[in-house]
Amino acid sequence: MDIYSILFWFLSAMAVGSALGVILSRNPVNSVMFLILTFFAISGHYILMNAQFLAVVNIIVYAGAIMVLFLFVIMLMNLNADVEPQKGMMIQLAGVISGGILFLVILMGITTAKSETIDPASTDIGLISNLGKVLFTKYVLPFEISSVLFLSAMIGAVVIGKKENVPASDKTEIV
Amino acid sequence: MPVSSTHYLFLSLLLFSIGIMGTLMRRNAIIIFMCIELMLNAVNLLLVAFSKIYGDADAQLFVFFIMVVAAAEVAVGLAVIVMMYRKVHSVDINILNRLKH
Amino acid sequence: MGNFSQLVYLVPLFPLIGFLINGLLWNKMPKTLAGIIGSAAILASFAVSLGIFFEVRNPSFQGPVIVNLFDFIQSGALRIPLAFQVDALSSLFLLIITGIGFLIHVYSTSYMHHDEGMVKYFAYLNLFVFSMLLLILGANYLVMFIGWEGVGLCSYLLIGFWFKKREYTNAAKKAFVMNRIGDLGFLVGMLLVLYNFGTLSYKELFTTLGSGMSTVPSSTITWITICFFIGATGKSAQIPLYTWLPDAMAGPTPVSALIHAATMVTAGIYMIARSGVMYSMAPLTLNIVAVVGLATALLAATIAIRQYDIKKVLAYSTVSQLGFMFLALGVGAYTTAVFHVMTHAFFKALMFLGSGSVIHAMDGEQDIRKMGGLGKKMRITSITFLIGCLAISGVPMFSGFFSKDAILTAAFAHNPILFALAVLAAMMTAFYMFRLYFLTFTGTFRGTHEQEHHLHESPIAMTAPLMILAILSIVGGYVGLPEVMSEHNLFNEYLAPVVKNFGEHHLSAGMEWALMGISTAASLTMIGVAYTMFRKPAFAESTGIAKILENKWYVDELYDSIIVRPIEALSGVLDRFVEKMGIDGIVNGVGKSVKWGGDRLRMLQTGQVGFYIFIMVLGMVALFTLSFFWVK
Repeated sequence: MDIYSILFWFLSAMAVGSALGVILSRNPVNSVMFLILTFFAISGHYILMNAQFLAVVNIIVYAGAIMVLFLFVIMLMNLNADVEPQKGMMIQLAGVISGGILFLVILMGITTAKSETIDPASTDIGLISNLGKVLFTKYVLPFEISSVLFLSAMIGAVVIGKKENVPASDKTEIV
Repeated sequence: MPVSSTHYLFLSLLLFSIGIMGTLMRRNAIIIFMCIELMLNAVNLLLVAFSKIYGDADAQLFVFFIMVVAAAEVAVGLAVIVMMYRKVHSVDINILNRLKH
Repeated sequence: MGNFSQLVYLVPLFPLIGFLINGLLWNKMPKTLAGIIGSAAILASFAVSLGIFFEVRNPSFQGPVIVNLFDFIQSGALRIPLAFQVDALSSLFLLIITGIGFLIHVYSTSYMHHDEGMVKYFAYLNLFVFSMLLLILGANYLVMFIGWEGVGLCSYLLIGFWFKKREYTNAAKKAFVMNRIGDLGFLVGMLLVLYNFGTLSYKELFTTLGSGMSTVPSSTITWITICFFIGATGKSAQIPLYTWLPDAMAGPTPVSALIHAATMVTAGIYMIARSGVMYSMAPLTLNIVAVVGLATALLAATIAIRQYDIKKVLAYSTVSQLGFMFLALGVGAYTTAVFHVMTHAFFKALMFLGSGSVIHAMDGEQDIRKMGGLGKKMRITSITFLIGCLAISGVPMFSGFFSKDAILTAAFAHNPILFALAVLAAMMTAFYMFRLYFLTFTGTFRGTHEQEHHLHESPIAMTAPLMILAILSIVGGYVGLPEVMSEHNLFNEYLAPVVKNFGEHHLSAGMEWALMGISTAASLTMIGVAYTMFRKPAFAESTGIAKILENKWYVDELYDSIIVRPIEALSGVLDRFVEKMGIDGIVNGVGKSVKWGGDRLRMLQTGQVGFYIFIMVLGMVALFTLSFFWVK
């Protein structure tokens, strides 16, 4: 058991455990916390695979920005375990079973896949300078387009999140 | 036993299935949304693993773009949920059965 | 000599333009202008046709000229161009159609002047001539078929011209359906030709046949010719499809003249004369043609004896004369048949226009029992009509004499029995024509006083064509003098490069004179009989055979009971059991099962997003299962 394997198993157990925590905890705030933990575990995996840039971005964007946004929303709505809607036992069971079936089916599918051993030795493809070169040469167009996507998402969020639509005739009074 | 691609496949699949189960089990729109994020991350993990195995930077950039899109999606999705909460004072997706009519 | 044959496309183009002008501007066009445009279009065509005729007649004219306009159908090795063929046969028909067509147009400008649909009428008339020209000029069977269908359509339009009367539209429908039955035969024949020879072009087909190189068995050629003949029976009103022609009298009288004389009914004769090479290789078909032609000539002549409608008599006489032409074709005398087409066109157009003049004067009355003594009031009409009667009866020195005599001689050379029956038909022809003449133009007037007061000679636009046609009816026969009278038969010589008679006969001069004498004596006798019988006419209720004749041998009733009724009964059964129970059952069943299934499937749409996700996951599972474990 080398250090790589030990870390892999530890991070995997942490990821799966906290993922289960996300879907099982009744309090949404706890769910968010568990999800952040899962993301940290996944970021750990990234570091393990020498994808340092992604690891950092994952923490900043996902664990930092996105999850904080979730947390804000949950707290804004004052959601807690008491108001959390619950499905019936049968439906929950059906969900678990169908999810399990999907798991098994795909598992059966990938058992035949060729197993490639992962070389623990560090590579430099995940380093920021390397990714940056590829991003601004080969993927420069998608990169630019994604900025447009962001812009439109931002505008969309603002438009949707605005207060109730004011009838046209009343507009002047508010202004 | 050295870590191989099968391990990562298995881990990703497990995380993805947990995400699916969460989507099916919960009624809280925000939790469902979070489960979707979980599934996305499972896929990301697998992509990075393959990138490592095959020494290709493209997969990592895909992950980057997935994050970009996810961030945009979250921004809009949460706005929608907030809007919905304002209307019906609930985030229970079972209330949203207007699609029937 | 100008190169007119290259301009042949102009001939059908003018009537087409005339049709388009009159047809598109039908509600803007003044009546007089419409008549002028319509007539001018045909006159222009006639002028070009004359040019073509003289060019073809010139000895330096080499073979048929084929003018390719464009490829009509092109598929693999098959190439069917829209091409026109100029040769002796088509140029002759061009003259007949455009010449007589023009006279009829001129006549119509006066005859139809009080009709509100005159512009429409001239548009149809031009279209009719256009279709017929297309039929004649086509260099392959497909172009002929287009014209063939075109005249069918136009006859429908014109017979049902006064469409407000139910029986007229029925007559139009009858003409159309009868024609369609024949057209099917033509179509099948055409496809057989295409299948066996790989071409529809006359030139290629007849070259193949003429060279004796074709490997097509003679039985196939017999079938092809029979199919074509079925087409001809429809268009040229032979047994069993002749019944539409007498009913076609529902249309305006000039239309009848056009249908009977210049266009339409001669199409069948033209087609068989054109396909003469092929028919000569099928003696069985030729015999059928001869027998059917003769039977038609006799049957129609017997019916004509007891008809009282002036146009009906003429109609049955046309059917009878067409029978003569088919007899000529059947005995292989193709040029003789075409000769008779020409002379018949002259005197039949003359008589129809004359009857139109009479009907015009009688204010629409067509019953000859109510006429009589019109000769005093309508001198030109009366005299020209008499010339027509003399011509059709085969009185010597009139055109009909030469053509009919040529047919009779050819029939005698083929089989004396045919000759005897043909003479019988010719006798009846003379009888019913003069019965018509005496009843109409001599004796005393039997109509009402108002009609008598109204009687008048027709205007010049109507009498001028009559006079021209009368002259043609007299002199038209001299182009085809029989061998015993002249060394040169101009007509046969003209057609010789295109149409070769089958089984040429050579009778002794004495024999020919004798035959001529027999037929002439028979005709004159019958004229005398008609004179004595109808000088002082008495119309008793007919009985026995006369009543059967008056009812046209009950052929219409026969068709009605053996074809129309069973089909109607069958369609009734099909309607009740196949349509209502079978097809409707299937259609309604599909509708009901979809409705039922939709009712059940509707339950799936709960509107609950969670449920949709659940279904989606199940779908994913199914797809993954399929792709991993089933599809290899």
